[in-house]
Amino acid sequence: MKASPQFFAPLARLLHWLMALMVIAMLFIGAGLAASVSERHAWLIQLHKPLGIAILALVIVRLVVRFSTQQPPLPQDLPQWQVLAAKASHLMLYGLMLALPLLGWAMISAAGDPVMLSSSVRLPALVEANAPLFALLRKAHGYLAYLLFLTVLVHLAAALFHGLIRRDGVLQSMTGTKD
Amino acid sequence: MAGYFQSSAEARAYSSAEVFSETKTPLIGRFALPSGNPYAPDSSVPIRSFAVQFSQANGQQWRTGMNSMPVFPVGTPEAFYQLLKAGAPDPATGKPNPANMPAFFAAHPEAAPFLAWVKTAKPSASYATETYNGINAFYLVNAEGKRQAVRWAVVPQSQDAVGETIVDGADFLEKDLVQRLAAGPLRWQLNMTLANPGDVLDDASKPWSGPHTVLNAGTLVVQSSQPQADGDCRDINFDPLILPSGIQASNDPLLAARSAAYASSYLRRAGEVSPLHHAPQESKP
Repeated sequence: MKASPQFFAPLARLLHWLMALMVIAMLFIGAGLAASVSERHAWLIQLHKPLGIAILALVIVRLVVRFSTQQPPLPQDLPQWQVLAAKASHLMLYGLMLALPLLGWAMISAAGDPVMLSSSVRLPALVEANAPLFALLRKAHGYLAYLLFLTVLVHLAAALFHGLIRRDGVLQSMTGTKD
Repeated sequence: MAGYFQSSAEARAYSSAEVFSETKTPLIGRFALPSGNPYAPDSSVPIRSFAVQFSQANGQQWRTGMNSMPVFPVGTPEAFYQLLKAGAPDPATGKPNPANMPAFFAAHPEAAPFLAWVKTAKPSASYATETYNGINAFYLVNAEGKRQAVRWAVVPQSQDAVGETIVDGADFLEKDLVQRLAAGPLRWQLNMTLANPGDVLDDASKPWSGPHTVLNAGTLVVQSSQPQADGDCRDINFDPLILPSGIQASNDPLLAARSAAYASSYLRRAGEVSPLHHAPQESKP
């Protein structure tokens, strides 16, 4: 039997750090554009849409990589509630990374607006124009983005807890560095 | 209301947008009285507005909200916010402080062209006889990527009869529109005024004076009207930054502000259309 790996696969690590940057940038872009009526609003929204679709595409690639490579196991001595919390928070991260771009795409469609990624690239509408549905999706997009922000913070705190306090190699399994 | 845009060949050299290359592009529009009070009489303000959505065959859209005034009172979102604040009712009296507006205009000399227009503006007797201006500057971009700054306006083919003035009734303009459309379609010519070197592109309070080249880009033909509570135009956010490839926004800061503010009001409105939608059915016995 093959020994469990110490690190995540190099491609998984690359995707993780690339998407970490993109998702964190995206959270600030989203919050920044929602809070502004200046030229920044128009500029940020032009960034927000293609970046969101890129995240959607990458998270699909990432799920494929996740299920086709071996994951390093969690430490044997990790308390059961922390194992559960780790599993639940990862499920939440994947779910939200998938759901938020889809909600954004669907909400623009529901508003009856053309889904423009640039001045000429247009995606098809995900749903038919429907104003009440737009209102619902738009609110869900906002609230779930805050939930993602919160989950990212918990994820970050847990990573630092493993790296600085438990020093159990969990953080290193993603950074790829030896202790 | 619904109809179509019939393009002329004149704008094709300046813009690669399909709306100018195709002969016919369907449009949906909305006429409105841009007063904050939905129950204000039609003669209360000289301003009327016309918002249009052109739906290109390639799925791209062009939305524009136009007004009867040729310039905006102010050039920045900050100044507009101050203007709204000056006109807001004082919570103590329920009425705006009468000293606020004169003080605002004294502090904002950029509003002079707008105030000069208000002095001479006469409310048209019909939505159909009004000219509507895009006010903000945009760029037409052709296939070679060359940009030409423009301001656009739609000019009516119908005119008020001599001495015709607005009737002081509630919703007179709406009834008049329905009546006119029953007699036949209404037409506006889409004029593209090309900026001269030196024209201000990022300040909608500044008129472009002197001689300008004006293109006749085509004709808007309005064929039918629908009541606004249930019409196709109700659920459209006339965001001025929804533009097809071949038309670009200028650096006018009001464009981004309009886009952001309309998105916010659209969200509030969209959350409340269900009761509106069902109201007529519920009132039936």
